Amino acid sequence: MSGENWQVFMTFGFFIILLSVCGLYCLLVTRNLIRAIIGLELLFKAVTLLIIVVGYVTGRNALTQAIVITVIVIEVVVAAVAGGIALRVFRHTNGLDARELKKLRG
Amino acid sequence: MTINHISIDTALLVVMMIAALWTVMGRSLLKAAIGLAVTSAIITILMFRLDSPLAAVFELSVCAGLMTVVFVSTISLTRPLAHKEIVELSRERHKRFGYLPLLLILVAVVLTFVKIRNNIAAPPAVGASIDVRQVMWNMRPLDMFGQIIIIIIGALGVVVLFEERKKDEW
Repeated sequence: MSGENWQVFMTFGFFIILLSVCGLYCLLVTRNLIRAIIGLELLFKAVTLLIIVVGYVTGRNALTQAIVITVIVIEVVVAAVAGGIALRVFRHTNGLDARELKKLRG
Repeated sequence: MTINHISIDTALLVVMMIAALWTVMGRSLLKAAIGLAVTSAIITILMFRLDSPLAAVFELSVCAGLMTVVFVSTISLTRPLAHKEIVELSRERHKRFGYLPLLLILVAVVLTFVKIRNNIAAPPAVGASIDVRQVMWNMRPLDMFGQIIIIIIGALGVVVLFEERKKDEW
């Protein structure tokens, strides 16, 4: 890999790791279901950016763009369905606290 | 990409991290949804700069646009908290989320000291000149088929989950 591409990859990689830590921490610490989905979305964004950077430094932009479009479609469907589940939980427990889900049977 | 370009990218990445931190640590859920949209918008600019315009357009329209609509509608359909609950929750949240900036600084310091050797051979750029539409429709048709199925499943899931309760259930 050329020195310039390597520098781009390292710069982006540094911030992608920080973004992943941010999303993972949110996912681990929060008790609010909507905020947990937001943490998951941040993780998705880190992965999307990583794929694009890899495509840039290897010169395969077309292939990585096709993969990223697939990832984005999955991301939005996950967000919509998870939002719907959060809404159902809210109607069932009258709150968005994930701890309330422990009380469910099954 | 010159050094000047890399410094612009670094500045954009720093702004992206600030937006992400604001998203995670902000008190209001609505502001968190807007913060996520801002993060998406900055990622869109970065994608444009990394020669991926089609993915950038998708990121902007779907992630920054549609996703924000989904989040805002979900938040608006839930009950707003009372002032007392907000005060209690924010106090508790500050305790838990207060460690995040420290953790990020720690990870950043560790990453600064980690040296990874540049001995990764770049793979031959096969298909570098191929258009993204050709890749999507001719080389990866199974992905497109999967996407269509996922969209249908998602639409059905949203219809089932967001449907109104029947009158006798209230």
